[in-house]
Amino acid sequence: MAQKRNGLRLSKMLSFTDCIKAQGASVNGGGGGGGGGGAEGFSRVVFCNQLQRHTKPPYIYQSNYVSTTKYNLLSFFPKALYEQFRRVANLYFLLAAAISLTPATPYSPLSLIAPLTFVIGVSMAKEGIEDWHRFLQDKEINARIVMVYVSKEAQFEETKWQDVKVGNVVRVERDKFFPSDLLMLSSSYLDGVCYVETMNLDGETNLKLKKSLECTVECDEDAKFASFSAEVKCEDPNPSLYTFIGNMEYGGEVLPIGPQQILLRDSKLRNTQYVFGVAIFTGHDTKVMQNATDAPSKRSGIEKKMDSVIYFLFNVLLLIATGGSVVFGIRTKNDSPMWWYLQPDTTTHYYNPKKPAMVGILHFVTALILYGYLIPISLYVSIEIVKLLQVWFINNDLKMYHDETDKPASARTSNLNEELGQVDTILSDKTGTLTCNQMDFLKCSIAGVAYGRGVTEVEKAIARKLGQDVSSLEGASEDDSNNNNNNNNNKGFGKSNKQPKIKGFNFKDARLMNGQWLKQPNSEKIELFFRILAICHTSIPERDEATGKISYEAESPDEASFVVAAREFGFEFIKRTQNSIFVKERNRASGKGIVEREYKILNLLEFNSTRKRMSCVVRFPDGPLMLMCKGADSIIYERLSKIGKVYWETTKMHLAKYGDAGLRTLALAYRVLEEAEYAEWNDVFHTAKTTIGHDRDALLDAASDLIEKDLTLVGATAVEDKLQIGVPECIDKLAQAGLKIWVLTGDKQETAINIGFACSLLRQGMKQIIISLENSDVKAAEEFGDKASIAKVSVDSITHQLAQGFELVTKDSDEDAAYALIIDGKALIYALADDMKDLFLRLAVLCASVVCCRVSPKQKALITRLVKVGTRKATLGIGDGANDVGMIQEADIGIGISGVEGMQAVMASDFAIAQFRYLETLLMVHGHWCYKRISLMVCYFFYKNITFGLTIFYYEACTNFSGQTGYNDWYMSLFNVVFTSLPVMVLGIFEQDVASNVCSEFPALYQQGPHNLFFRWSRILGWMLNGVYSSLVVFAIVTIALKLEAYDIKGHNAGMDVLGATMYSCIVGVVNFQLFMTLSYYTWIQHVVIWGSISFWYVFLAVYGSLPSTFSTTAYKVLAEALAPAPIYWLLILLVPLTCIFPYATFQSYRRMFRPMDHHLIQEIRHLRKHVKEPEEYKHQNKQAVRKTSIGFTAHVDARVSLERKASRLSRMDTSITNSNK
Amino acid sequence: MSINGASTSENPLGGGDSIIPKKQSRKPKYTKFTQQELPACKPLLTPAWVIGTFMLVGVIFIPIGLVTLLASHSVVEIISQYETACLDQYIPGASKAQKVNYIQDINTAKSCNVTMNINKKMKQPVYIYYELDNFFQNHRRYVKSRSDEQLRGGKVSSSDLDLCAPEAQVNNLPIVPCGLIAWSLFNDTYTFVSRSNGPLTVNKKGIAWNSDVKYKFSSTLLPSNFPNNNVSGGSTIGGGSLDPSSPLALDEDLIVWMRTAALPSFRKLWGKIEIDLEAGDTITVDITNLYNTYSFGGKKKVVLSTTSWLGGKNDFLGFAYLTIGCLCMLLALLFFIVHWRNPRPLGDTSYLSWNKKGNASGENVLQ
Repeated sequence: MAQKRNGLRLSKMLSFTDCIKAQGASVNGGGGGGGGGGAEGFSRVVFCNQLQRHTKPPYIYQSNYVSTTKYNLLSFFPKALYEQFRRVANLYFLLAAAISLTPATPYSPLSLIAPLTFVIGVSMAKEGIEDWHRFLQDKEINARIVMVYVSKEAQFEETKWQDVKVGNVVRVERDKFFPSDLLMLSSSYLDGVCYVETMNLDGETNLKLKKSLECTVECDEDAKFASFSAEVKCEDPNPSLYTFIGNMEYGGEVLPIGPQQILLRDSKLRNTQYVFGVAIFTGHDTKVMQNATDAPSKRSGIEKKMDSVIYFLFNVLLLIATGGSVVFGIRTKNDSPMWWYLQPDTTTHYYNPKKPAMVGILHFVTALILYGYLIPISLYVSIEIVKLLQVWFINNDLKMYHDETDKPASARTSNLNEELGQVDTILSDKTGTLTCNQMDFLKCSIAGVAYGRGVTEVEKAIARKLGQDVSSLEGASEDDSNNNNNNNNNKGFGKSNKQPKIKGFNFKDARLMNGQWLKQPNSEKIELFFRILAICHTSIPERDEATGKISYEAESPDEASFVVAAREFGFEFIKRTQNSIFVKERNRASGKGIVEREYKILNLLEFNSTRKRMSCVVRFPDGPLMLMCKGADSIIYERLSKIGKVYWETTKMHLAKYGDAGLRTLALAYRVLEEAEYAEWNDVFHTAKTTIGHDRDALLDAASDLIEKDLTLVGATAVEDKLQIGVPECIDKLAQAGLKIWVLTGDKQETAINIGFACSLLRQGMKQIIISLENSDVKAAEEFGDKASIAKVSVDSITHQLAQGFELVTKDSDEDAAYALIIDGKALIYALADDMKDLFLRLAVLCASVVCCRVSPKQKALITRLVKVGTRKATLGIGDGANDVGMIQEADIGIGISGVEGMQAVMASDFAIAQFRYLETLLMVHGHWCYKRISLMVCYFFYKNITFGLTIFYYEACTNFSGQTGYNDWYMSLFNVVFTSLPVMVLGIFEQDVASNVCSEFPALYQQGPHNLFFRWSRILGWMLNGVYSSLVVFAIVTIALKLEAYDIKGHNAGMDVLGATMYSCIVGVVNFQLFMTLSYYTWIQHVVIWGSISFWYVFLAVYGSLPSTFSTTAYKVLAEALAPAPIYWLLILLVPLTCIFPYATFQSYRRMFRPMDHHLIQEIRHLRKHVKEPEEYKHQNKQAVRKTSIGFTAHVDARVSLERKASRLSRMDTSITNSNK
Repeated sequence: MSINGASTSENPLGGGDSIIPKKQSRKPKYTKFTQQELPACKPLLTPAWVIGTFMLVGVIFIPIGLVTLLASHSVVEIISQYETACLDQYIPGASKAQKVNYIQDINTAKSCNVTMNINKKMKQPVYIYYELDNFFQNHRRYVKSRSDEQLRGGKVSSSDLDLCAPEAQVNNLPIVPCGLIAWSLFNDTYTFVSRSNGPLTVNKKGIAWNSDVKYKFSSTLLPSNFPNNNVSGGSTIGGGSLDPSSPLALDEDLIVWMRTAALPSFRKLWGKIEIDLEAGDTITVDITNLYNTYSFGGKKKVVLSTTSWLGGKNDFLGFAYLTIGCLCMLLALLFFIVHWRNPRPLGDTSYLSWNKKGNASGENVLQ
């Protein structure tokens, strides 16, 4: 590998040294992060580059093999088994199986043990397979390659991550992840610094600077490690990401090591060619793995509710079993002695009239199994199978396949399919999930003139609404495809948002490009504007040796976009030295020729969150001094001189527009400095800079303040934080579906708000409630008070703000008013405290959107838990990075974005999708379907088994509760397995109320899930009552019809065999017919399965009946001889199912005709559409079918359109007034 | 699983790459099935369909109901209950204990007769049934107490025989046929004398199901050790005896009895009279009243009945069909009226739940 040395010592640049310090400070101050300083123990010793010393205890440490699996080969069996018996039903089945081994059983033990084994086997196999996938993913990560120094070979060799050992020296290349927690030794920079991206750890997208110890900086070549050895003593493994305590003995010196020198696993090397480091913590000892929590076992809401239904049914079962047993006991005691034909004197325990209590108890045990059909074990078998197939459909959905990354959606568990249809709140990460983490320079306003024809999605939609020509806005024809795409949002947004040709630059305006700016009236201002972009920053240019092209390394992507923009405008920043910046620029005076100019940077006044601006003092090549400044508009405005405000009004208007479109704006200003004034100020500044102590920062700020005044505004920039494709549309759909969306981001408040606007979660006209600690009270307390009083003031302040917000929202008389809650991480520390979180949640749920910024991974999880527990509704966490893992695991459903590198989020997730926009399909199509399928399936299953189970009970009552069933044993055991199993599974797998495209066309349909319309108690009980009714009808009609009189023309009577088979035929008919009526979607599969199941019963009966009588017992020839030739049988088969279905059909008809549900109406709308030739007519109707929302694209556009209309009406009035004045 | 990981690490460098090169695209294949777009019928329950379907069911069911009722009414059925009448000839107003004593005493005279008046012509065959009630032939202990293997004439293992307990063995010899069912065989007998036709021949053949006679009961196996055949002295509590020289398959009374009844009240076919019985005729039935139903207070009846294509006299089915048919017609009418009075246009968006909750002001923005 070419050793390209960067001859620059970064640390010599003012801004960076301060950065390092500032960061250190913020780490110590920033609460809520990794929690507590780490060092519980201080016993770890690492012998760097001396692996042989790590072969004996106590120096043998964890290997770097990382496993996120729940089980291993040994623990799988007991642990997975335990998981299975957390289901109440399984415990009941186990009990039943145990009873079946005693002689009390009415049927053979095998018929109970086999299905139980199957259910548990399938579930365990599923767990096993899921865990196996986790294992494979671990394996992939463990097999990543890193360069490790091998002493024997005296060179670096490719090694798998899992083989990195404590003490190994490793070399990590640019854009690679660190394989373990490393102590940094040196980097490609001479002064031993490197940039690290910690997105996976804390979600922060800005780069962090790490610095090696001075003494090891020299070890920066492969060859130098032959003689390298050192000894590190440090803290024991702990989960605190921001602390590290240790020291290193190297070259006879003992040096302290802090978090500055530690490169954490799962963070990424950026903007640095390579670093050398020593592995300190490996594998599960690493900080990131210490932060990991065990994958939780999640269960869906429906499944939990099913448990209560099971409890309910179990009580019913106990009740009827007890009732039966009491009656049986009494009758056995009182009546059975007279039943001489039973020989009651010689009987066994089961029927002994002298021991009625014993008889009752034994009967009770028998009855538990006999009526076990009320609690169907096959329900669980069927659900498992159905869910696996649902998952298969999810994984195979082309609408969720991402071409570029070749990633289909992947459901990593099948437990939560139906939960996808019940989500109430989505908690989303920002970077990597909503945005691409790429900034594009999109627009600018210079000297009061707005430039830039780049159009955001929101603006396009507004233009369309106002009837403007979108292409005229854009000025380019290439985006025509976008318009088409937006007209029919249903189709994928695949081709919109083309990647700009230049990364970081998406500016289109012929007035400025290609030197045309020279012809603009304010060209000197424009030139100044470009110069500020080219000079006032902290980026470093890097020249690619091969192509000669220059790329820029910057702390944040928006800073890079400025420099790129300057280059594109003809001010190419080519070189940075210690205190100069070299820019190749067009000569404005001559208008021609390109000159290279050197600008001396005299001072850099760096950016920080309180200043919200950065400036530099520049000496121009031709002598004059200038202060260039860029910063937040409000800050700049305060510092403008009177004449400097010339462009303020127009610029402010532009800024507001940009802001509403979600663009990140900065104002640019300058001030020409007098030599004397500068010299005087420089002294003050220098003193401040050289001060040592904690008031240094305050002094520096004060000094900067002195000179950053009387500025002149030049213009403003607007940078687009590029959204992932289709995000606004998806959010719009989700909003229409009634989902609440919370954005939880580690980013700054401003950035978060920008993105809020870009995603249309925020818009103009929405009232923002901002909760933060950035107010004077708290500041004052922080300055003087001790910790306790700071906390007290903070608590008071947050309480007050929350109460105020709550009052504002509840007292508002305007029904259409929408609120947005914006809260930052520091405020959240207090807001999430036990005594305040309810207040916070109460306010938050009233707001249309909630944005939490600067939140730590732990806070993300805490917020998720708060919403989950507080609202008792299903939450969905979606994110892409390791910092989202807590949230993903805590949420009822965790979704990982699998598009990017870093698999932690995906590995912790329940579903993995490649892009945020696929959430629409996942929730509104699959979620909606799965919810309905499973709830309908479960309800139907209860219906079917109650119908069947109760006929057993009634019949047993007719036999004096003696435990006799009317059915042949085989009918009973095959009922759930053969004659009714496939149809119900088909219901669970294929049922669709509306087709997938209709689901996304009418997102509000989704609300049926969160409102749980299909699995509420009324529904379940309704189905159960239907089952009770059906069982009564079947039993009554069949027994009355076959009671005494001759059964056929030959005078035969119907015995138990005929009655049993007839009743059973009726039940098979009834339940399958009921299913047929329940479906709303019939493909050939449904027909085959339903009619097939009924036919199969007859096939079975024919075949089974022809077996010898010892085997077929009561079924012997029953079909051929008794049932089939008898007209009464067929009359019953026609009568009974129709009678059973009668109430259901009446109810459904009534509902359909007069009280339609949403999906009925939508089915009708779809149905009617087929006959309509004029699509416009239906567009209008569709609009009426869309739910009004206060967030999302549509709401945003509507709000803007009404504003613009008002504005244009006003301006028309204005012009008419002025005209009339003239 | 960690064992596995360790083994891969022993591979030479780069050896682990073999896992990765899965260059095949993971794009799911497009089929109508995987994308859940199979051609499907999605019927819509429109008012026309609803009303039409209910009408149709009514139109089909009412005629069926009528035809069924007709069939039931064409059947002539005469029932005579005799368990009290027969006893009253001997011990009028007997107590329960007396009744039981009477029936269990083999020395008491047990014959009696009842008369049955034919009101309507009964076309042959006229079926003769006996009817018992409060008799739990479906009691689990009773139902299980038989051996199908033995009845077929197969080899009987001791576990088969155990099923028959407590009537499995006598003096360590297996009882044929074993079990409580056979042991409690019904043994009242009837002789019919018509006032006009004289004694009526009763055909006792063909009263059992064919398959039973042919396959379920052995045509060679003879009853042996049957306890009821050896009733000596005092009293019997069992049922009828069997002809030790006649194979099981020939004893159709036994076969009919062994098909256990489903419910505690039941009829069983006893024989057929194969001549027409004219209206106005009176039939005298001479009964040997042997079977003990007095212990449990069960009734005994003798029934003469013709059959139709539907079987015996049973109005229930016809009424059930008529009820459902009429209900459907009524509902069709009801739905029609309500729909006619306030029709709901198909796909009317104002019925959508989110449009109902008074969101009027928001709508204006959209239009």
